[in-house]
Amino acid sequence: MSHGVEVMGLYVRDQDEALAFYVEKLGFRVHTDVRNGDYRWLTVQHPDQPSFQLGLFTPGPPALDAETAQSLRAIVAKGGMPPLVLAVDDCRAAYARLHARGVEFTQEPVDRYGSVDAGFRDPSGNGWKLIEARR
Amino acid sequence: MEPMHSLSPALLRRLLRAKDRMDAASHEKWPVRRLARVSGVSEAHFARSFKLAFGIPPHRYLLARRIERATTLLRDSELSITEIAFHTGWESLGTFGRTFREVTGDSPGEFRTHARATAHALDRVPACFLRAVHRPNLTIAVSEKRRRAAAGTNGPEQKEVR
Repeated sequence: MSHGVEVMGLYVRDQDEALAFYVEKLGFRVHTDVRNGDYRWLTVQHPDQPSFQLGLFTPGPPALDAETAQSLRAIVAKGGMPPLVLAVDDCRAAYARLHARGVEFTQEPVDRYGSVDAGFRDPSGNGWKLIEARR
Repeated sequence: MEPMHSLSPALLRRLLRAKDRMDAASHEKWPVRRLARVSGVSEAHFARSFKLAFGIPPHRYLLARRIERATTLLRDSELSITEIAFHTGWESLGTFGRTFREVTGDSPGEFRTHARATAHALDRVPACFLRAVHRPNLTIAVSEKRRRAAAGTNGPEQKEVR
């Protein structure tokens, strides 16, 4: 696919920490990691989704002033960012695998009318749902 | 009032952990000591920091989550009202019924009847997010809500989503 949504970003509190989490714990791959002074453009990809990149960005200059950046860091830490969904084939298996790797789960797998979902957070506070769709 | 970002992001992240734990097990007892331990904060600072971070005292947040779970069970399960009261963490049916009415405006039985009579067009929202749509909007104390209701100034709350 050559057109469509290509990059969507998350705000994270620390890009090294986020990189370790998304790559080592969730199994994403690094797509781009480029620095220019203090600025770092960092995106990762789900291994089965080559047309989409998830950006892991820190709020700050040059786009944002210090006070705005501080507010955003607080909002992320309070879990105030929008929901994220990771689709999986087998929610319970994914839960077991990620839990064993030390992912902070906020909800164990629950059956809801045939779909199964669990919840976890990244180290910054971004909340993910792990959803196995109804078959 | 102190600005919200007098609390460091690191502390806010730990306070979020206490909120998450209440979300995951709202039927359990959550005394301040237990919540403070989850957040790595002193008991003396926990309630104040939580309210500063999330705009609602921790015990009231827990109450809202319990009522929210109860509304889900009333709508979607065949459990009796007594069973739902005990499943969602209440020690007495009377307290459950009274609090439920104060928060939602209906008794649990009335709520169940209305909820089942209303068809939802929410099939496309993942079920785990749907609960948030029905979350009681407990931004004021139940006692304050009662006062406003008596004065006839109660806001719309969340009637429009039912």
